[in-house]
Amino acid sequence: MIKRGKPKKVLILGSGALQIGQAGEFDYSGSQAIKALREDGIISILVNPNIATIQTSENFADKVYFLPIKAEFVEKIIQKEEPDSILLQFGGQTALNVGVELYESGTLAKYGVKVLGTPVEAIEATEDRLLFGNKVSEIGLKVALSKTASNVEEALKVAQEIGFPVMVRIAYALGGLGSGIVNNKEELLEKAQRAFSFTKQILIEESLYGWKEVEYEIVRDKFNNCITICSMENIDPMGIHTGDSVVIAPVQTLSAHENFKLRSVGIKLIRHLGIIGECNIQYALDPKSDDYRIIEVNARLSRSSALASKATGYPLAFIAAKLALGYALNEVENIITRETSAMFEPALDYVALKFPRWDLQKFRQVSTQLGSEMKSVGEVMSLGRSFEEVLQKAIRMLDIGMNGFVGNDLLFTDLDDELARPTDKRIYAIAKALQVGYTVEKIHELSKITPWFIYKMKNIVDTELKLKELKLSKISNVLMEEAKQNGFSDLQIAHLTSSKELEVRKYRKSLNVIPVVKQIDTLAAEYPAQTNYLYLTYHGREDDIKFGDKNQIIVLGSGAYRIGSSVEFDWCCVNAVLTCNKLDYKTIMINCNPETVSTDYDICDKLYFEQLTFERVLDIYDKENPEGVIISMGGQIPNNLALKLHDAGIKVLGTSPSQIDNAEDRHKFSQILDRLEIDQPGWEELTSLNEAKEFAKKVGYPVLIRPSYVLSGAAMSIVLSDIELEEYLDKAASISKEHPVVISKFITEAREIEVDAVADNGKLYCYAISEHVENAGVHSGDATIVLPPQRTYLETMRRVKMVTKAIAKELQITGPFNIQFIAKDNEVKVIECNLRASRSFPFVSKVLKINFIDIATKLIMGEKLPRIDKSSFDVDYVGVKAPQFSFTRLKGSDPVLGVEMASTGEVACLGDDFNEAFLKSFISTGFRIPKKAVMLSTGTLKEKAEFLEESKKLFNLGLKIYATKGTAEFLNQNGIAAEILSWPLELDEPNVITYLNEGKIDLVINIPKNAEKDELDNDYLIRRKAVDMNVNLITNIQVAKRFVKSLTRYKVDQLEIKSWDEYN
Amino acid sequence: MNKEKKIARLILEDGSEFSGFTFGYEKNTTGEVVFNTGMVGYPETMTDPSYRGQILIFTYPLIGNYGIPDYERENNLLKYFESEQIHCRGIIVSDYSSEYSHWNAKRSLSDWMIEQKIPGIFGIDTRMLTRKLRDKGTMLGKIIIDEKVNIGFEDVNKLDLVGEVSVKEPVEYKRGSKKIVLVDCGTKNNIIQAYLKRDITVLRVPYNYDFSKEKANGILISNGPGDPKICKSTIENTKKVMNKNIPILGVCLGSQIMALAAGANTYKLKYGHRGHNQPCNEMGTKRCYITSQNHGYAVDSESLPEDWREWFINDNDGTNEGIIHISKPFFAAQFHPEASPGPDDTEFIFDMFLRALK
Repeated sequence: MIKRGKPKKVLILGSGALQIGQAGEFDYSGSQAIKALREDGIISILVNPNIATIQTSENFADKVYFLPIKAEFVEKIIQKEEPDSILLQFGGQTALNVGVELYESGTLAKYGVKVLGTPVEAIEATEDRLLFGNKVSEIGLKVALSKTASNVEEALKVAQEIGFPVMVRIAYALGGLGSGIVNNKEELLEKAQRAFSFTKQILIEESLYGWKEVEYEIVRDKFNNCITICSMENIDPMGIHTGDSVVIAPVQTLSAHENFKLRSVGIKLIRHLGIIGECNIQYALDPKSDDYRIIEVNARLSRSSALASKATGYPLAFIAAKLALGYALNEVENIITRETSAMFEPALDYVALKFPRWDLQKFRQVSTQLGSEMKSVGEVMSLGRSFEEVLQKAIRMLDIGMNGFVGNDLLFTDLDDELARPTDKRIYAIAKALQVGYTVEKIHELSKITPWFIYKMKNIVDTELKLKELKLSKISNVLMEEAKQNGFSDLQIAHLTSSKELEVRKYRKSLNVIPVVKQIDTLAAEYPAQTNYLYLTYHGREDDIKFGDKNQIIVLGSGAYRIGSSVEFDWCCVNAVLTCNKLDYKTIMINCNPETVSTDYDICDKLYFEQLTFERVLDIYDKENPEGVIISMGGQIPNNLALKLHDAGIKVLGTSPSQIDNAEDRHKFSQILDRLEIDQPGWEELTSLNEAKEFAKKVGYPVLIRPSYVLSGAAMSIVLSDIELEEYLDKAASISKEHPVVISKFITEAREIEVDAVADNGKLYCYAISEHVENAGVHSGDATIVLPPQRTYLETMRRVKMVTKAIAKELQITGPFNIQFIAKDNEVKVIECNLRASRSFPFVSKVLKINFIDIATKLIMGEKLPRIDKSSFDVDYVGVKAPQFSFTRLKGSDPVLGVEMASTGEVACLGDDFNEAFLKSFISTGFRIPKKAVMLSTGTLKEKAEFLEESKKLFNLGLKIYATKGTAEFLNQNGIAAEILSWPLELDEPNVITYLNEGKIDLVINIPKNAEKDELDNDYLIRRKAVDMNVNLITNIQVAKRFVKSLTRYKVDQLEIKSWDEYN
Repeated sequence: MNKEKKIARLILEDGSEFSGFTFGYEKNTTGEVVFNTGMVGYPETMTDPSYRGQILIFTYPLIGNYGIPDYERENNLLKYFESEQIHCRGIIVSDYSSEYSHWNAKRSLSDWMIEQKIPGIFGIDTRMLTRKLRDKGTMLGKIIIDEKVNIGFEDVNKLDLVGEVSVKEPVEYKRGSKKIVLVDCGTKNNIIQAYLKRDITVLRVPYNYDFSKEKANGILISNGPGDPKICKSTIENTKKVMNKNIPILGVCLGSQIMALAAGANTYKLKYGHRGHNQPCNEMGTKRCYITSQNHGYAVDSESLPEDWREWFINDNDGTNEGIIHISKPFFAAQFHPEASPGPDDTEFIFDMFLRALK
């Protein structure tokens, strides 16, 4: 094996918070890399502030630093830990960029740290567009015609040379940030201006709009063995970012000649570049000939490689790590077959389809159009043996209320436009178009989607038509089989035949139309495989595996990552599985998200890569007959299934589903609180505007509105007056008997407190109380959270604990739960209670070093545990969890915090005090310390006064202060020199917008006033411009104050470089 | 599928039966049932003469997606196919795609099969079938579409399959001054194209032609169907040219024929290697290549004479994948350097042979 130069201590860079373009896939790849190192006895040091990841758990890396992935921090860690090598390929673009920076500055050479795997020169050749183009041309391969530009004038010249439309791209950008097709001079100027705020160089390319987009995953070892693991075809042609495209593996509409030609081209290029490990290559393929262009190479693990890993069963990240260590491909075992080596190209006997999940409705003012900038926040993958089957399965997996490709009631005002200029709803527009009689040809003309895919979609619509004419009992065995093979769910069939889901199930089973379990074995059954990686299909007659294992437990996963539910629930699921394994249960994981660690088949005994739907869970339960199902780890999806599964006779482990219903049902829960004499903000469910007004009058504005039916925009809103109430219930949501609206009193200037806890048969076992930095009104998922609380009164804490105990007892909780409180003047009110693990479980577990999920799982499984020493909850350091936003990518969205969650990820750091932990966390989310000037517009007079002290501190830090008129006058009156900048809509100079454009400002503090319309627009323009220009933005007064306090207390180089285990 | 689906049955010699639906030409057929794990390339695979007499299962479930290209010719050979006709006797797939789309397609797979009188069956659990063949070994089978006609199982390995697919008379493809004799045991077009591309004149001769008397710079013994031991005259002629020290390259069946001529033995594999992802280690190096393969027999490496070496072995199961003489310019690959369909990683073997040509 490796005889010389094997590393002893390796530093791994993670990817930080989840954001659009860089999500959970890097927890998967980093975890795999750490496992690969561990197997070789190599010490691993991990830097990653994403505390909710598996890779930052105990028993993974030897040491974990919850610190920013920034060159200055990483250098200090190198200084301290003295690693001999570093891995850059496993932490996405973030890790790669920092690695290249450290290499170029000579830091790595200075400390004698060797870059493992792909050399930095090769990385640079893939990242610098010009260099890349040259490399490709050198060996006679083809890239899109392109030229670089380093300023706006140059960009225009080049674009005119190539001819509009052209594609604008930015070097070193994750997820295609700032890229896009521009059709004319005006669009180019706007795009280029924005781009040069991020980068020194942009690229203008020939537009390949409408070409097929295909990708290959390639691995190469240092002995020059080079193979392709997976081919993938984007159903959406060129023009839509691959992260926003529906993607199928393997390629479907390429001939063997085309497929193997692209394979050869890829291998030739990868050898020429000198990549060692894993990479991804993207091509555009002419739909009218076999002409091609190489689009790009990602010299690192990527979202596509995570998908390819899960699609094929080939553990790309693990093997890439081994290759980086110096192994040859045929020296590494194929861990899925255990019979063959890693040196082979998987043969699939199924198809895998990836579908992106967007959450655009969470954002105000955002454009829903898809283009070359990624907007999706998560994805699902479905497995099956026909296109129709995987498409319908995937759409259900998204959990966005769609029943499949058909059977959704969506309205399109302009179908042609929707097909030609896609939004997140295009797939449903295709269904609609087919239903109303568009030809495949016409849909192809408009959408440029290869006709084969549309023919397949038409098969689904045709089957729908056949079903529509029938009563359930009239469906023949052949038609039922066709429907199920075409991916129809029982529920879809029920809707079409005016029957009930369970009736369809019963009737279907009587026809003996039952899905079969198939294995993913990487070799199309050519060799016997010991694989436990499974899926269900209706294209089969035989199960691949035998059932009847005893002591099996099913854990339901969390599904697609979305706003409000991401890697933290995967952490909970994985930990629940690991604990069950330790307790000698055989674990079965069901999940459908390719970006997760829970879908690594070495985590559990059996992995079903399947839909988290009632129907599918029943199917698996029927076959496996387990001891029970754990539904409290995967967030809201499994939680919502609890009662239904229970009613269908399935054993749900932990807290009883009827108690879950008691907590979820607003009316029932409210009565319970009243009975327990626990306070809650006044609320009522109302069905008319007058009632709503009356209620508001009674409790007094502001009130919080939660409609049950949303017309547009965000679901929840705070309104301040009758006028706003009317406006909201008119435009944004409907109010009627069918669509009641819940209105509650919104308590201002109150603090939010959260309890994450575990109980055993109604007895509180352990709990953690944390507080929000922001006042109530900011969604808990967007809040900055501190543990232990720094400003909450002892009396409040005691009251919170009492309430928690009482609720645990009343609901007879066994397992994890979370309660949110609002606290004001020593009074606490309960605002929400979830009888499941919450987003903050990994955070509190890791800060307190008590694994709440391990405990919860043991209690659920009926184990008796010794009591934890009380002092364990009392720590001498502070953890701060901070949200990560992706507003930059969501063009037009208003980057302001509100009652709807908008963050896509989070980080958490530890510090010796609040300020230190806070500052580390904020730097981890991408905040830079302001060096030049701050722009202030600090809301109402009251808020201006509240922020006065901090304004002074900013001034004393030597920062230039700019402010809008009102704020500037207030500051000047109070002895702080502030220069007035005009509001955006005033259009005079000096204007905020101009100053932001010119890069004169490096921090914007904009506290929105909830008043006059004009000012709101002005505020929006400032915030949006700041985000577009990549200037730090704070919109919450408490956060702004804390940030300034921390800044005055700590300089960046004073922040302690301490690993997780050094805090105790 | 809007057309009414017509039921067809697949029956194996062990008595097991699978029900599906018919496509392509509607007639009953019998043959040796084998599986191929390639995910693309059905036009090339079905016209590969090595599949003569076989009923082919595609383990990849979606077949027919990109249709069938037109009969364009290049060097008087069909450009997009590996021979003049479909050689397998029938195909078995899971999900046949009656609609296709590709710029180069002229007809659907089903229409092409109708034209060539080849039946197909879809709606079969091909994974179940493959697992069965893997566990029990290759079996004879039949596809029954017309229930009124009764047919038996035919053991095609007893037939002169090579004789059926080989050219009847020598054909010369004129190029440069160097010339190779291609012994056609069922050659794929792309082997010929590979040498024409390299400006080598190719004299394609029947498998039983006495090529030992032919003046040439080298001999290439092609791939082909069935058991190599049936090709007695080819083996004899190969022995003769081995004495003359002329460079010889064997491909697939050609490799087995060379081994037999050298005095080694061959045997039947349980279920063969058929696919595009077979990893082959080059002995004595850390190099491993992904190869395209299609063979049911293999060289017994234990039986290789003293002056022969194993050149490649299969990384999955350790079987022989190529042999090389220690001093003479004789070498052979069990896999297909000409790919088509498949990866072209080992095309360098053709260049090695080129350099060896005297």
